[in-house]
Amino acid sequence: MLQAIGMKKYFPATTVLGLGRARGWIKALDGVSVQVAEGETLGIVGESGSGKTTLAKVFLLLERPTAGSLLFHGKDVRTFGRDDLARYRRSVQAVFQDPYSSLNPRMRVESIVAEPLPRNNGMTRAAGRERVAEVLELVGLRHSSGTLYPHEFSGGQRQRIAIARALVTYPKCIILDEPVSALDVSIRAQILNLLRRLQEQLGLAYVMISHDLAAARYLSTRLAVMYAGKLVESGECDAVYREPLHPYTQALLSAALPLHPSMRRQRIVLSGEVPNPMSPPAGCRFHPRCPQALPQCPSEEPTWQEAKPGRLTACHLY
Amino acid sequence: MPDSPPLLVVEDLKTHFFTRRGIVKAVDGVSFTLHAGETLALVGESGSGKSVTCLSLVRLVPEPAGRIVGGRVLLDGEDLLAKSPAQMRRVRGKQIAMVLQDPMTSLNPALTIGTQVSEVVRLHQGLRGSSLRDRVVDALRRLRIPVASTWLGRYQHQLSGGMRQRVSSAIALSCAPRLLIADEPTTSLDVTIQAQYLDLLKEVQASAGLAVILVTHDFGIVAANADRVAVMYAGKIVEMGSTLDVFNHPSHPYTRALLRCLPEAGPKRHELVEIGGQPPDLARLPAGCPFAPRCPERLPVCDEAFPPTLAVASGHVASCWATSAAHV
Repeated sequence: MLQAIGMKKYFPATTVLGLGRARGWIKALDGVSVQVAEGETLGIVGESGSGKTTLAKVFLLLERPTAGSLLFHGKDVRTFGRDDLARYRRSVQAVFQDPYSSLNPRMRVESIVAEPLPRNNGMTRAAGRERVAEVLELVGLRHSSGTLYPHEFSGGQRQRIAIARALVTYPKCIILDEPVSALDVSIRAQILNLLRRLQEQLGLAYVMISHDLAAARYLSTRLAVMYAGKLVESGECDAVYREPLHPYTQALLSAALPLHPSMRRQRIVLSGEVPNPMSPPAGCRFHPRCPQALPQCPSEEPTWQEAKPGRLTACHLY
Repeated sequence: MPDSPPLLVVEDLKTHFFTRRGIVKAVDGVSFTLHAGETLALVGESGSGKSVTCLSLVRLVPEPAGRIVGGRVLLDGEDLLAKSPAQMRRVRGKQIAMVLQDPMTSLNPALTIGTQVSEVVRLHQGLRGSSLRDRVVDALRRLRIPVASTWLGRYQHQLSGGMRQRVSSAIALSCAPRLLIADEPTTSLDVTIQAQYLDLLKEVQASAGLAVILVTHDFGIVAANADRVAVMYAGKIVEMGSTLDVFNHPSHPYTRALLRCLPEAGPKRHELVEIGGQPPDLARLPAGCPFAPRCPERLPVCDEAFPPTLAVASGHVASCWATSAAHV
């Protein structure tokens, strides 16, 4: 349904205050191709600076890509006219990480939730109000909460409001940018269950961006792992967890915390840090930290290829 | 370890905040002990009183709204609550050090790394000149911060998140404290950097015989690093025991629920167990057990009185009526 092909986004690195000429380019996304089918969840995991959020912004048309195309039902978004764009924006909605900053504190919940609804579009006020009440009920909020302000809710309830706002336009796909990272453990489970239930009920597709591997696993059907602006691996979620191919994915999964003290084990602890996006290492971007680097890794960039059926990775080992 | 007297004894600590809405009992009768070389994890959700407990230990509760209204905090037998502010200043940083959640805000953006580390060493150790510099370099090197001379002149914005957290840990550990309080030290770090940091913390702790209080809401961190764990809810410790005991035999319904609502990275996903409802309003605590309204194993007595603390095994205690009923 939604497809990004060879997506690139470079930000100019300028001097102070954004004045002056670019000294270089920050390659936030450097040739990323992913797709989301109807009703499935694509999990995108990676560390900060890997380009996950930039990719989300490209999907939401909040950033114009430097190169590459975004296809919606097979049609390029760049060719869309006004009506098509409006339809796209209604179909692809978003839920952000922090429900304290993503909700306007001076608006009542009913206005917040109603905001994405199209204006002058045949929908009467009464129908709009009815729809708001409907989605509030869908996310498990009381009918009367519409007249309250965001500060009267706890973190978990605010995230429910944000989800209701995303649902109000009957979307096909919701971009979830770290939807549970800001929440407490017990509330996190409530929100993850809610998202799962809504997906089953409404046939939604999700793009779930997360650095929390357990949460990503809980929702995702497919998983894409990003590192320094590139995809390093993608595949069916369980398969990636069972048998990670790329050394970065292996290290990322092994760095996840144990669920039980008896599961303390030898982790693959990576030395070094995520590379500077302005001057990423030549060849494979992961080679300076890679425990299994080969002689050609510093010079040749690995190609993105199918290593096993349904499993794509960019690594010289395969 | 068990035979030597504990390094830290906290007895019935109470810290209350006096607000317009009433008295908020952020910490309400917390007791625990900690030996040298041991890591105690304080776990709980936001508002459970973990951070205020830590601030009370070093007497940094924001006054005048907040006040320590009762209890004792003994470090090596000396009551910290009885010390004068000047005496307390000599304890902080030298004997008890803290690492906070966000190194972006705990480091001074206008001072270089070198200045910030040497400030602490100069104040507490009275070192000057080249011996001061040696000590600073040594402190940074222990946390595996590359110490070329250019590094001492850097500012925090030039460092990555993981490096910043190491610098603030280097500052904390520079005066060889006896006790380190780490308040959510890895929350702002990435997964692989978090693994690096937790391993480093364990290593430094073992080499220095340091006692650590690790505040976290993440049971994964507890499973990875803690020797003992105390679960807090609404200002009280509801369960405490060795990490293995608590994970194997969680004896408070809240602990059980918390452990069950973790999404597993392992086998296939089943519906997560939710804890219904919200954490209580600390200014309007229910009489009886504060967890009762959300508790699946609630008994009539739960609404009437706070349950007594019961030893379910040696060194493993829980405060729950249902558990004590099952044990009698």
